[in-house]
Amino acid sequence: MKPINSKEEYATYVDQKTPNSPILKNCFNAFWVGGLICALGQIIFEICKTRGIDETTSYTIVSISLIFISAFLTALNIFNKIGKFAGAGSLVPITGFANSIVSPAMEYKSEGYVMGVGAKMFTVAGPVLVYGISTSIIIGILYIIFNTQSITLI
Amino acid sequence: MKKVGNQSYFMSKPINILSTACIVGPKEKDGPLNAYFDQCLEDEFWGENSWEKAESKIIKETVNTAIAKSKIASSSIDFVFAGDLLNQCISSSFGLRESNIPFFGIFGACSTFGEALTLGSMTIDGDFATNVVCAASSHFCSAEKQFRFPLELGNQRAPSSQWTVTGSGAAVLSKDGEGPYVTAITPGKIVDMGIKDANNMGAAMAGAAQDTLLCHFKDTGRNPSYYDAIFTGDLGHVGKDILIDLMETKGYNIKANYNDCGVLIFDKEQQDTHSGGSGCGCSASVFCGYISHMFKEGKYKKVLLMPTGALMNSTTSQQGESIPGIAHAVAIEATCPNL
Repeated sequence: MKPINSKEEYATYVDQKTPNSPILKNCFNAFWVGGLICALGQIIFEICKTRGIDETTSYTIVSISLIFISAFLTALNIFNKIGKFAGAGSLVPITGFANSIVSPAMEYKSEGYVMGVGAKMFTVAGPVLVYGISTSIIIGILYIIFNTQSITLI
Repeated sequence: MKKVGNQSYFMSKPINILSTACIVGPKEKDGPLNAYFDQCLEDEFWGENSWEKAESKIIKETVNTAIAKSKIASSSIDFVFAGDLLNQCISSSFGLRESNIPFFGIFGACSTFGEALTLGSMTIDGDFATNVVCAASSHFCSAEKQFRFPLELGNQRAPSSQWTVTGSGAAVLSKDGEGPYVTAITPGKIVDMGIKDANNMGAAMAGAAQDTLLCHFKDTGRNPSYYDAIFTGDLGHVGKDILIDLMETKGYNIKANYNDCGVLIFDKEQQDTHSGGSGCGCSASVFCGYISHMFKEGKYKKVLLMPTGALMNSTTSQQGESIPGIAHAVAIEATCPNL
């Protein structure tokens, strides 16, 4: 091996030396577990429909059910194992969002219900909320602007 | 104490390691070094209602066990040097608040145990103390909470990331005894290699480990083969390979007798710990358990222990700062050749 004389050389060397994440395996697991969660949502939706519940209410029931299942599995110390295996597959659906709120709530319970659970509950989900809501407001404003000029976007 | 070279010192008195003790968590219990720990916990809480309290209890009980094994009264201990990873070193200060021993809380990140041994040896050598306790601890759950994400969060860890050891190690150093002895120290400088990835601590610390190791060899005139074994604290699998390479570029082959405490404490394949163990408790428990056991059995006569630390916090890494590293080398020998 050549002697390392600068931080740049060291960074290049470390990059070579550091093992990469198994991207193919991760993508594959994320694909099928994510698909499975979505299929589960669809099943709940179909059940609601056969019971004569209207579409909008059925969507809400799907979200609530998935959030409940994810929160419940988080509390049982199971969701983190699914998350470790599936990565984005369980993180991107609404299940990941529920997990990101329940897990800090559990973690910071030792600091009390106000400064612990209350204050820290959104430490992980906070950025998603801030930028998610901000983006929807910007898109909403754009929609109003273009819509008043009689350009139909949707 | 006699200074040699730039930053190394030979002790002028025999600094005895009178006794050592270590208590570790359940994951360490399942690891390959299981047989060498004084006590292994069944769960991470150990009957407490927070991880911080559990960690305090671990260091408290470890120090108590080490003092009990040394057979000297705790009132004869002059100082305790202890540290951990939690903000303001609360595990050590809360754990030892009832110990009634003058206390120095120290921070050297994961190199804390090396720093404690170094300061303890200097204090005895300088006639400020007869007996001192050196201790360090870390806890996987409290460290994750402070540095990373909640435990229940379903995320994935990078292959180069390390697993903080739940555990503590404590050693009683004394003027009197029959060894093993701390014979030389090389306190380390802060070395920043420009690594910014908090998931690759091994690479961030390897530069500091190299610097201290080179200084130690140059200052003392020793070479790698002088030691039966050389241990770094928690470079992990990635950092260990890097240090071997770095030393090779400087003309030292350390492959034969070098290992890393973070590599030894977990079984990478079985325990899914990626690059290996880390934390103050890593080098502390491996030294106080495995390495001192090897001394007792006579398998090791000369060991260089070099705990390594990444001197950062979660704010600095969020601000995009690089991670400075440090490593303190402590030579431990079954006999005292320089006296």
